[in-house]
Amino acid sequence: MASITLSAVKKTYQGQVTAIHGLDLSIADGELVVLVGPSGCGKSTLLRMIAGLETITSGEVRIGDTMVNRLEPAERDIAMVFQNYALYPHMSVRQNLEYGLKNRRTPRPEIDRRVTEAARILEIEPFLDRKPRQLSGGQRQRVAMGRAIVRQPKAFLFDEPLSNLDAKLRGQMRVEIRRLQRTLGTTSVYVTHDQLEAMTMADKLVVMNGGRIEQVGRPLEVYSRPASLFVAGFMGSPGMNLIPAPALAGIAGGLPDSVGPACGTIGIRPEDVALTAPDRPHLRLDAVLDAVELVGSESLVYAHVAGLDSEVVLRTPGIHAGEPGQTLGLHIAHADLHCFDAESGRRLAS
Amino acid sequence: MVENRPFLGFLTHLVLIAGVIVVAFPVYVAIIAMTHTDVTLNSGAPLLPGAELISNLIAVWTFDPPGAPPFWLMVWNSTLMALIIMVGKIAISIISAYAIVYFRFPFRTLAFWIIFITLMLPVEVRIIPTYEVVANLGMLNSYAGLTIPLIASATATFLFRQFFMTIPDEMMEAARVDGAGPLKFFRDILLPLSRTNIAALCIILFIYGWVQYLWPLLVTTREEHFTLMMGVRQMAGAQEVDPQWNLIMTAVVLAMLPPVLIVIAMQRLFVKGLVETEK
Repeated sequence: MASITLSAVKKTYQGQVTAIHGLDLSIADGELVVLVGPSGCGKSTLLRMIAGLETITSGEVRIGDTMVNRLEPAERDIAMVFQNYALYPHMSVRQNLEYGLKNRRTPRPEIDRRVTEAARILEIEPFLDRKPRQLSGGQRQRVAMGRAIVRQPKAFLFDEPLSNLDAKLRGQMRVEIRRLQRTLGTTSVYVTHDQLEAMTMADKLVVMNGGRIEQVGRPLEVYSRPASLFVAGFMGSPGMNLIPAPALAGIAGGLPDSVGPACGTIGIRPEDVALTAPDRPHLRLDAVLDAVELVGSESLVYAHVAGLDSEVVLRTPGIHAGEPGQTLGLHIAHADLHCFDAESGRRLAS
Repeated sequence: MVENRPFLGFLTHLVLIAGVIVVAFPVYVAIIAMTHTDVTLNSGAPLLPGAELISNLIAVWTFDPPGAPPFWLMVWNSTLMALIIMVGKIAISIISAYAIVYFRFPFRTLAFWIIFITLMLPVEVRIIPTYEVVANLGMLNSYAGLTIPLIASATATFLFRQFFMTIPDEMMEAARVDGAGPLKFFRDILLPLSRTNIAALCIILFIYGWVQYLWPLLVTTREEHFTLMMGVRQMAGAQEVDPQWNLIMTAVVLAMLPPVLIVIAMQRLFVKGLVETEK
């Protein structure tokens, strides 16, 4: 077990395309860090650089006290779980689990002990002598986890491990991986594009975009105080409504004093838009309903406001019975307005 | 074209059956000839089986025709040649495919295309320069001369390359994380995964080596290196004495057997190896 430190890590392909722009990140011992971001943001590349599967153009990666830039993946003492599991198809589950240990010349009794232990934890004992192709997706996922666990590495690296599973199984495995990681206390880096996974699993959430870190923080902190326009729009499903401040001021007849003159864009969470007036100071907008999406437990209401280019989305519990064309009053508490700088798009303190 | 008319169906079957007869008739004649004495055969080709099958099958193994080595030696030569070619081709091509797919080195693509181009240059096309090289290296009348020029193989390299490219990169990465170096990855993962491909290639390449005629004819002048394919030809062309057709035909049929048996026995594996990918 160890901490992982990245300092000024950079990745350039063929001296032209820069995938990671000099990035700093420290991961504490035993922490589960989730890297989240859209496709092509560099999160997988970063993970593979930590693993040693991609070279590091410049900067330093340390695992524990060791600088690992020039070490082979096997020498870094990490274990990786791949999206497609990458189990060896011709080996039985047991052989799959043993392979890494055998290559390390672990003594036989120790191998057996660890494999038995991992199989017990993951409840894959009945499948130990089967081939991977005889297993279901969820079972393969467990074997892939097992292969990581038996190694007792300094860190686990997960590369979108759940994206090949169906939604229900994904939910189960999410909880399971999280519990397992807590029990073992192994430092972990987890890459995903699924926000639900990111929010629920992370000790620390790292939102990436275009090869840069947009924000690092505890999941709720990132959700409630997004550091930039990108994070505001990316986190949450649907993301924040982003409305140009001057337009909003024009329609709502002025903005509260807490919104400073530097504010270029106002962000509003869909769940912060209420259809009934709250008893806090708030803005009121008149809108026309466009469409309603019924999820069951909640409804997403899409409405447009005269004078605004984009639609406003709001989330309301239960079932919203409304017809397109109906007029709505939208209420937003002053405290729920997020302000972003007109030029940099960074959050303004409020 | 896919019309279903009774007359067309009849016609196509007629053509097919005629084709089968044309192909199968000589084989039939050869098999019938196995069962007669040389006296009967020298007076004409019988179309009905005789009673000499067993004695011919026994006699052929000690048959020492004029102008050719004993039958058993030719069988040995052919088998050895086919096996060396088979093993050599597979060994070389799986290693070169491994290099081309999994290693980054300068001119990697060029190397692949050069190998690929040799597909268009089989032995028959480059036979004179190849003979020259083999002769200068002093490999005439040797097993090395018989096999080495036939071993370099683009087909098998190409097949292995295509197969390796279907194996996800993560497999190699997982092996690297598991502490397997290039040789271990090759031995523990790639070789077992290529099992069916190797089996399929064994069949193709054994038959390829077994049926070689032109090349052995060129590089061997001494009888002890004659292979079955050329020896059979020599038996039939012998001067001075009457050819022993019963034994020649027995030898011919026996020469046909290995490829036929291999194809029948390994058919399923063969198709599986070419079609199925196990991932």
